[in-house]
Amino acid sequence: MRNLCLIFLGCAMVLTACGSPASAQPSTAGNPKTIEDIGSDTIVNLALAWAEAYQKVNPAVRISVSGGGTGTGMAALINKTTDIANASRKIKDEEKQNARKNGVEPYEIEIARDAIGVIVNPENPVQQLTLQQVSDIYSGKITNWKEIGGEDRTIVLLSRESNSGTHVYFLEQVVRLGNRQDKTLFSPDTLLLPSSEGIMAEVRQNPNAIGYDGLGYITPDVKTLAVAPQDGGEYVRPSIETVNNAKYPIARPLFMYTSGEPQGEVKTYLDWILGPEGQKIVGQLGFVPLQQK
Amino acid sequence: MNASITERQRTSFTEFAAERLIKASGAVAIIFVFLIFAFLLREGLPAFTEVKLDNLLSTRWYPTENYFGILPLLFGSLVVTIGAAVIAMPIGLLTAIFIAEIAPRWLREILKPMIEVVAGIPSVVLGFFGVVVLSSAVRQTLNLPTGLTAFTGAVILAYMALPTIVSVAEDALDAVPRSYRDAALALGATKWQTIWMVTVKAGKSGILTAMMLGVGRAIGETMAVLMVTGNAARISLDLNSLFMPVRTMTATIAAEMGEVAQGSTHFHVLFAIGIVLFVITFLVNLVASFAIFRQNKRSARLLS
Repeated sequence: MRNLCLIFLGCAMVLTACGSPASAQPSTAGNPKTIEDIGSDTIVNLALAWAEAYQKVNPAVRISVSGGGTGTGMAALINKTTDIANASRKIKDEEKQNARKNGVEPYEIEIARDAIGVIVNPENPVQQLTLQQVSDIYSGKITNWKEIGGEDRTIVLLSRESNSGTHVYFLEQVVRLGNRQDKTLFSPDTLLLPSSEGIMAEVRQNPNAIGYDGLGYITPDVKTLAVAPQDGGEYVRPSIETVNNAKYPIARPLFMYTSGEPQGEVKTYLDWILGPEGQKIVGQLGFVPLQQK
Repeated sequence: MNASITERQRTSFTEFAAERLIKASGAVAIIFVFLIFAFLLREGLPAFTEVKLDNLLSTRWYPTENYFGILPLLFGSLVVTIGAAVIAMPIGLLTAIFIAEIAPRWLREILKPMIEVVAGIPSVVLGFFGVVVLSSAVRQTLNLPTGLTAFTGAVILAYMALPTIVSVAEDALDAVPRSYRDAALALGATKWQTIWMVTVKAGKSGILTAMMLGVGRAIGETMAVLMVTGNAARISLDLNSLFMPVRTMTATIAAEMGEVAQGSTHFHVLFAIGIVLFVITFLVNLVASFAIFRQNKRSARLLS
């Protein structure tokens, strides 16, 4: 089942000639050295591009990348079946405890930044929203586009599944506006789609829909709204500049987690990712590169 | 003399081996079902102690925030399955009748294999078709807010159930002895009367099996449903609900199992949903075999 999902997402890919992403052991022995890299669907395309480019630089290392979600990556890290876990959110305390129980000490590395764009169909006349309005739309307080300057249409809410890192980030930072005491949830009418492609397909064809997704997944045939951090604030479209100067309000760091401080081939690989070559690829895929120190 | 004894011994040995092998295979199938059920119970039952019953029977499903109401999921599965059954059953039966009774021989020999090929289309492909083509068609023709609805799911599932229904029902009709039809025609019945009142009646138990197999495929289907029904866990008890997004039990398990922490409450609740699905499928099969059993007894009585 999970495999079908991955095939549909088009994001599971085996780069190794002989290994498979499900192979149980992070191979420590054997030649050439294989690095397993599992996790967030947001990061999977980026991780694939890195792996491909790195294998040209360093053919002695094979990197096997697969998606499945941040939770999948964390589970694999805890069960010691992966070398690197990709995460579009910080590790949860619960996961950290489980990891320690298994003798794994998660080590966090920020690898890139990602802006989340709020998207609508190009036919929709709405151009911009405040963060508060986006929150009210997703919590079900605003249900018709005419309440926020659009046509008289029911708003159809689209979201990723509730266990995706993107969903969790959006819930905490947008729907609850970063307030930890707030217990607001997504409206029960929210359509939870299993993939980014599902959200894009629906927004592309449905003028009633509103969706959100990482900038790297937003295609030019949908409209990205400008968002203002508060009422009366400046409306900003997501881009590399507006994320780096912190003007665009919905942006988050992306992480890779390893078991303990990275060593050997994994360390070399991560250093390359954080270096100029790796960060160039970040920009090419629509994510926001880390500012070089 | 000697030769024939060894001959007999050899046959009795192969006989013995074959019999044991067949018995063992049968037993293995049953043992697996029991093992699976035992596993489901072991993983799923803790959910009923970890989660309060009024939470489980509430109407909010939001597992990452500890809302575990499974009623909307049950509702979603029922709406989609019943919708699919209502669409697929009459079409399936009529197609089977056409192929078995009306179509000329050459057409029949083309149609039957073609319908069986349809059964081989992977559900992801149908789901993709549903997302890209069917959902926007449904939205525009019915003027709905979104095309990702229970109805869209039901149409796709009906399409998936059809080959099973047609193929099994056609076999059942085909198995009705020629003499029944000849007798009906000789008594002056029209072709339609013969089909409806004799052939279909006589093949009833096979047709019922076909329906149940079809519905069984519909209720257990996951991928296509996950892609086209919108997965909003909500209950609305008006007639509109067929044209609203729903979240089915199978889609919930498929979408969430991959990302859930093993041994957590959420994990146990997903298995509890598996138990509910298992029980429902079991009941459907039980009712079907009971109906077929009674049917057989009656027809056996009539023919004796």
